[in-house]
Amino acid sequence: MKMPLSWVQDYCTYTTTPHEYAEKMTMSGTKVEGYECEADEIDNVVIARIEQIEKHPDSDHLVICQVNIGKEENIQIVTGAANLKVGDVVPAALHGSTLPGGVKIKKGKLRGVESNGMLCSLGELGLTTHDFPNAVEDGIMVLDEDVALGTPATVALGLDDVSVEFEITPNRPDCLSIRGLARESAATYGVPFTDHVPQLPTGEGSIADMLKVDIADTVCSRYTAAMVKNVRVKPSPRWMRQRLRLCGVRPINNIVDITNYVMLEYGHPMHAFDSAYVNGNHIIVRKATDGEQIVTLDGVERTLTNDMLVIADEKAPMAVAGVMGGEFSGIYDSTNTIIFESACFDGPSVRVTAKKLGMRTEASARFEKGLNPENCLPAIKRALELVKELDAGDVVGGIVDVYPAPRTPRQIELRPDMINKLLGTAFTKQQMIDTLLPLGFTVEGNTVTVPLERYDDVERDCDLAEEVARMYGYNNMPSTIMKGVATARLYPRQIFGRKLVDALIGYGLYECENFSFYSAKNFDAINLPADDTLRNAVVISNPLGEDTSLMRTTAIPSVLGVIARNFNAHAPEAALFENATEYVPAADADALPTENEKIIIGAYGKDYDYLGVKGIVEKLLETAGITGYTVVRNTTGTIFHPGRCADIMLGDVKLATIGEIHPVVQANYGVKPRIYAADISVDTLFENRGATKEYVPTPKHPATTRDLALVAAEEVAAADIASRIEKAAGKLLEACSLFDVYRGAGVDEGKKSMAYNLVLRGDHTLTDEEADNVVKKVLKSLAEIDVTLRS
Amino acid sequence: MKEALQSIKSLADELVANAANEQVIEELRVRFLGKKGELTGILKQMGSLTAEERPVIGALANEVRNAIEEDIATRKKQLADEALKIRLTAESIDVTMPGVQPKQGKRHPFQQVLDELKEIFLGMGFSIETGPEVELDHYNFEMLNMPKSHPARDTQDTFYITENILLRTQTSPMQIRTMEKQKPPIRIICPGRVYRSDAVDATHSPIFHQIEGLVVDTDITFSDLKGTLEAFIKQLYGAETRVRFRPHHFPYTEPSAEMDMSCFKCGGKGCSMCKGEGWIEILGCGMVHPKVLENCNIDSEVYSGYAFGIGLERIAMMRYGIDDMRLFYENDLRFLKQF
Repeated sequence: MKMPLSWVQDYCTYTTTPHEYAEKMTMSGTKVEGYECEADEIDNVVIARIEQIEKHPDSDHLVICQVNIGKEENIQIVTGAANLKVGDVVPAALHGSTLPGGVKIKKGKLRGVESNGMLCSLGELGLTTHDFPNAVEDGIMVLDEDVALGTPATVALGLDDVSVEFEITPNRPDCLSIRGLARESAATYGVPFTDHVPQLPTGEGSIADMLKVDIADTVCSRYTAAMVKNVRVKPSPRWMRQRLRLCGVRPINNIVDITNYVMLEYGHPMHAFDSAYVNGNHIIVRKATDGEQIVTLDGVERTLTNDMLVIADEKAPMAVAGVMGGEFSGIYDSTNTIIFESACFDGPSVRVTAKKLGMRTEASARFEKGLNPENCLPAIKRALELVKELDAGDVVGGIVDVYPAPRTPRQIELRPDMINKLLGTAFTKQQMIDTLLPLGFTVEGNTVTVPLERYDDVERDCDLAEEVARMYGYNNMPSTIMKGVATARLYPRQIFGRKLVDALIGYGLYECENFSFYSAKNFDAINLPADDTLRNAVVISNPLGEDTSLMRTTAIPSVLGVIARNFNAHAPEAALFENATEYVPAADADALPTENEKIIIGAYGKDYDYLGVKGIVEKLLETAGITGYTVVRNTTGTIFHPGRCADIMLGDVKLATIGEIHPVVQANYGVKPRIYAADISVDTLFENRGATKEYVPTPKHPATTRDLALVAAEEVAAADIASRIEKAAGKLLEACSLFDVYRGAGVDEGKKSMAYNLVLRGDHTLTDEEADNVVKKVLKSLAEIDVTLRS
Repeated sequence: MKEALQSIKSLADELVANAANEQVIEELRVRFLGKKGELTGILKQMGSLTAEERPVIGALANEVRNAIEEDIATRKKQLADEALKIRLTAESIDVTMPGVQPKQGKRHPFQQVLDELKEIFLGMGFSIETGPEVELDHYNFEMLNMPKSHPARDTQDTFYITENILLRTQTSPMQIRTMEKQKPPIRIICPGRVYRSDAVDATHSPIFHQIEGLVVDTDITFSDLKGTLEAFIKQLYGAETRVRFRPHHFPYTEPSAEMDMSCFKCGGKGCSMCKGEGWIEILGCGMVHPKVLENCNIDSEVYSGYAFGIGLERIAMMRYGIDDMRLFYENDLRFLKQF
């Protein structure tokens, strides 16, 4: 909402600077976004009268003017404009002047003739014919008013006013008006607010004989109408155009300008239309019928539904109530008699209608916030008053006012104790009353009556508390520290998550963050079969675009995207993870999806391979305190290389999947080096986390070690060998590690040599014989799967 | 015999002092002090001495033995010292060579800032609650005093899944979920992702992070809200930071406010960071609307509370001087390694 500072002065008087005003209003609750003054852009441009015009000796289109700027000597200015005559009063930019856009004017010579400035057109002053309808567009601006010569043009043209822009919150539709802002300004400055009460002009005849209005639906709380005959459409006077312009409204003609002016003053949208198009001189406010059609002012044919309110005559809808008029609801050259409408429609109804029709207008934006029906009458009276003042037509006597259920103001009990309890203050009841009165509240005893325009905004103690607090100043109120002891700590789940992430950081991985949504193309990129359950995603019904239309069911594509981006940025290696949420749709469409917490790892580069990533996951499981898991080859997935993928299982529960990314997927992401990845369920890890560690005494007896060089067929899994060693060696085995794998000379084709180191320890120092016995048992068990000692 | 002992001593003195290495010393030890050594040889002749001479010569022999042992120890130490000195000199390296660094990753800058905020609030007694991002309209709007027709809904452009399910536009629904399951006193923060349909550019993202705070207890006042948030901002930006509260409007709080802090860059004088204002808008807050308490079956005549919402992006961007929000989601390692 934009407001010229001068307009407020119609209602209250105080002196201030724009800067101070902005600060004070912001701190009392009406936030100022900024302010501007057109005059700031214009300097040293004055009003001049043309005293003499001569032809330029060397030019066909230039003329030499002698202009009077109220000083003894005239000034010579050369111009190319053809619309001037002696006696015209024009703006002249003198030597060293500034025009909008930072243009500097200096004296100089035009075809050899000295010119000491420039005569200005509308455009050069940053104006248009909307602002000055009598001026020409392609020549020098000629003023039609009598102005003292030498007056700064900014003053003469009224460009020296300050336009303040407010950010008005949705609860304060009353502040979308000059009167509302003036009331706030007066209260802020502690000066009286003097309202202008419009008087109904006497008119010829009676509207009651010419127009009938019926309200057929309760979502219209009030409808008032007035008529003006013999309308004289012409530009409105400059003071009105100026105010409209400073509010950001384009002046059109006196009738339209009056409706806009009143809307700005009262915050109440008004409509003026030709009475010739009202069939049967009967206005009916009713719900549309399903499928009923109307062509709106913007030329679009709209199909209505039975929840939309229309203003109709006896034949058809003339306007969508509170949103937009129909095609014949304007003012035309042939117009003789107009009807002013000032009505009040239910906010939610207008909001739904505007949304359904996809047209949000100035009027609908105001109505949907909830307007005060009590304003209908003063607004329409004000319009008629202005018609009279501007001589825009002949007012018909009387007003039609249909107001089936007058609204009664809200009353609240004033409870000073509750207000002080909420604010932490010790205001007296009188202090509170003194704050409320200038804001338009009335107080009798302990009963506060809320001004009707704030009916929806002020309902109870806390709302009154806000009024008191903001007028006292939030920053003048005490700041205190809460009493009482509160115990807070991270929950075990949060500590667990933090431990995992910290561990990954320690292993050299960088954390990344990706969007929670993507497109179905990501499923194709990771090679998911058409019927894969991961393709069943939560779908956003109104996405920004296809690329952000599905909630991700797997974060693997997100992390692969980051890998690809870093590869394309020539990173020699990358190892990243995302602590990601995945969204799994519920079977029931009305139920919320399940949100799973994952850790997705992705890596490429010389330090990363399958075993590297497997090692990271194993270390992470150790951090989680999980032991006894098995590594099971997974050949069925499509994301991973079928020969280089495994599931980490704890019994039947899958903790993680690790592997090399499938070459097809790798190619889809355009990454040359092999990519290794892991998909870890944080939720499952937490559910299966190890208990608090229990101390095991450090060994008292020395360990005995045995190295075994074994030969096994390629297909034999290291995990199977290790589990046989563990089982056969029993309790005496403290550790078993694979320290070398060899293929080549000395080992048959299709076989591999695997060297294990066994650490044995008992409750006494083991004898060689005891150790050898363990080895024998191990070899016996391994022989069953054709794993033998290398000879 | 006395002379023989004396000459052994002086011979041993000389030889030990000149011994070139440990091996030579060992040979000398055997030669003089060994079982078949020269000193032993002399002592073996003790039997031929008189009873008067024997103790005298015995004492002298011991003296000679001790002296030689001491010589040997001294020389050994000398040799060891010299050897160590040579080794240390020989082993000198270029200590300015680049270190071999262990691999070490980093947390995303969001998370680093978030962790700091969490720690400040934990220290003030706030627990951390998290909840669903795909949320019911009921929790995201209706229970927060924003029924379907509420105009304020327009200020939060919402992604919908169905008519009743949406992507939460704020972390405030966790207020409701917490108040439904826990009775006051409540002191929580709820960090997490929130969604609004804003196209991506340098300062907008359809996904961003919020930290919601909620306190409900008996006798919680607007002054407590001011004091707590002031304490928070001083911990985050330093004790010299000033704050101011401006009246504002949120449907779920009353009275409502926005909090500005004095610009951390210019201290409030006005600069490019604060657009010449001296103040930076940092969060929205207010006293929990009694309707919201009542929606959660909390007696608004007995209990009161306050709530606040902080945008994480803004804090992270200001902290690191980042001017383009998109960088956070590009995850370029050259970016991530900087924090």
